[in-house]
Amino acid sequence: MAVLEVNNLKKSFDRTEVLKDISFSLEKGEVLSIIGSSGSGKTTLLRCLNFLERAEKGTIAVNGKEIFNGENLKKTPESVIRENRLHFGLVFQSFNLFPQYTVLQNITLAPTLLKRGTPEEIEEKAKSLIARVGLTEKTDFYPCQLSGGQQQRVAIARALALTPDVLCFDEPTSALDPELTGEVLKVIRDLKNGDCTMIVVTHEMEFAKSVSDKIMFMADGVIEEMGTPEEVFGNPKSEKTRAFLNSSLEQF
Amino acid sequence: MDSIIAWFNDFKADFILNFVDQQRWKFITTGLKNTLVITLLSLILGVFLGIIIAIVRSSYDKTYDEMRGGVKKFLFSLANGICRLYLTVIRGTPVVVQLMIMYYIIFASSRNSLMVAVIAFGINSGAYVAEIVRSGIMSIDAGQFEAGRSLGFDYKSTMIYIVLPQAFKNVLPALANEFIVLLKETSVAGYVTIRDLTMGGNIIRAATYSAFLPLIAVALIYLVLVIFFSKLVNILERRLRRSER
Ligand SMILES: Nc1ncnc2c1ncn2[C@@H]1O[C@H](COP(=O)(O)OP(=O)(O)OP(=O)(O)O)[C@@H](O)[C@H]1O
Ligand SMILES: [Mg+2]
Repeated sequence: MAVLEVNNLKKSFDRTEVLKDISFSLEKGEVLSIIGSSGSGKTTLLRCLNFLERAEKGTIAVNGKEIFNGENLKKTPESVIRENRLHFGLVFQSFNLFPQYTVLQNITLAPTLLKRGTPEEIEEKAKSLIARVGLTEKTDFYPCQLSGGQQQRVAIARALALTPDVLCFDEPTSALDPELTGEVLKVIRDLKNGDCTMIVVTHEMEFAKSVSDKIMFMADGVIEEMGTPEEVFGNPKSEKTRAFLNSSLEQF
Repeated sequence: MDSIIAWFNDFKADFILNFVDQQRWKFITTGLKNTLVITLLSLILGVFLGIIIAIVRSSYDKTYDEMRGGVKKFLFSLANGICRLYLTVIRGTPVVVQLMIMYYIIFASSRNSLMVAVIAFGINSGAYVAEIVRSGIMSIDAGQFEAGRSLGFDYKSTMIYIVLPQAFKNVLPALANEFIVLLKETSVAGYVTIRDLTMGGNIIRAATYSAFLPLIAVALIYLVLVIFFSKLVNILERRLRRSER
């Protein structure tokens, strides 16, 4: 059974349709990379999955259970939305760590407020996540004392602390200096080996090619093409895909 | 030389007349005490009111679109309207007039003029504090709210644990400035018979028929206080900036 099933998702901002009928599914442990030119709706799709935006139409199901349906949006209470949101974790382009808390506190805050175990359990889990992203010696540092790459790794650990079913990344390395992207991509690679289901919006084509099970190419709010990395990169069917891949090759 | 000595003797006599005779210095010291007490208590009241109003106003702006209809939305709109009215009226009228309305109309039966002054200045200051705190909340990056929401926090927890601590830290220097402004504004407390620092100097002036020393003394004390507190604000600002990096 698919971990995630999205059907006919639609979202518009004042009349302009940004997502037009998006449907796809994801199996457990799979990594999906979303590529596409600026303004094609990649961020909006992730934000709809995390309910930071509300889609107007369509359904989202996690592990076979429908957690979102555009039809009865009005009737769903805020608390239910909050709970359903926790099926997804989100790592932002600009990290958005909480500056007034240490690395450890950034990670323990949400599980503590949501009462996900005793303080000892929560702290122990947070420490193991910090170790997993390789930042044990920075446990008591504040975000401003860390490099961008380190901050992004903390943000990943923070999202993982709530054990989401699907972890979403919105251009996790775009705000980083080129020499810092490697450490973040390595963490994502390691997570894949740990069987984490992930959706990664990225401009790093090489990374997408090597880490993904599926590639989605978005153009103007539709899935123009979706398939394995070999299919999409090796033998793109759509003219738009080919044009996009060519232009992104030229840039690098 | 002689003229200097003569001037000095005059000054000494003047000083003794204004501050030493009949222990007139006590008007200055109790006045100073009253000024500081009124300023401090009304700032506390002002900060309390200001934070509440700032939260209502900014929450209204941030969540209005997402709110469903019904009683809750209506009450929220009402609260927001009241806050806006409060801000308009308080910031649109002189603080002396507000003070006199409090003393002679609203609390006409109260003998405790100090308490009335604290309430009047507190309510006045609250309006300014509200706008300071609101700008602090609005200056926090939207990403912080979204990070909170994506971690399953409700609006209240996001405010309490994530946004307000940052906002408060950012506006602390502005709040300290408000304290300094308030300190000077309380000099109108004499209008409702409170013996604050200004009134103290004025009482001496009326008794001794010499204006120079009492008024200059009062001015100097305000000046020293303001310089002292400004210095503190500077140190505070530098501390905060250092902990940023
Ligand atoms: N809050 C909003 N209000 C109005 N329009 C929006 C809003 N957010 C996004 N859009 C529009 O939706 C379209 C898709 O935006 P989106 O951010 O999803 O693109 P993207 O694929 O993530 O682009 P990029 O690669 O530049 O990040 C854009 O045309 C954008 O202008
Ligand atoms: Mg984007």
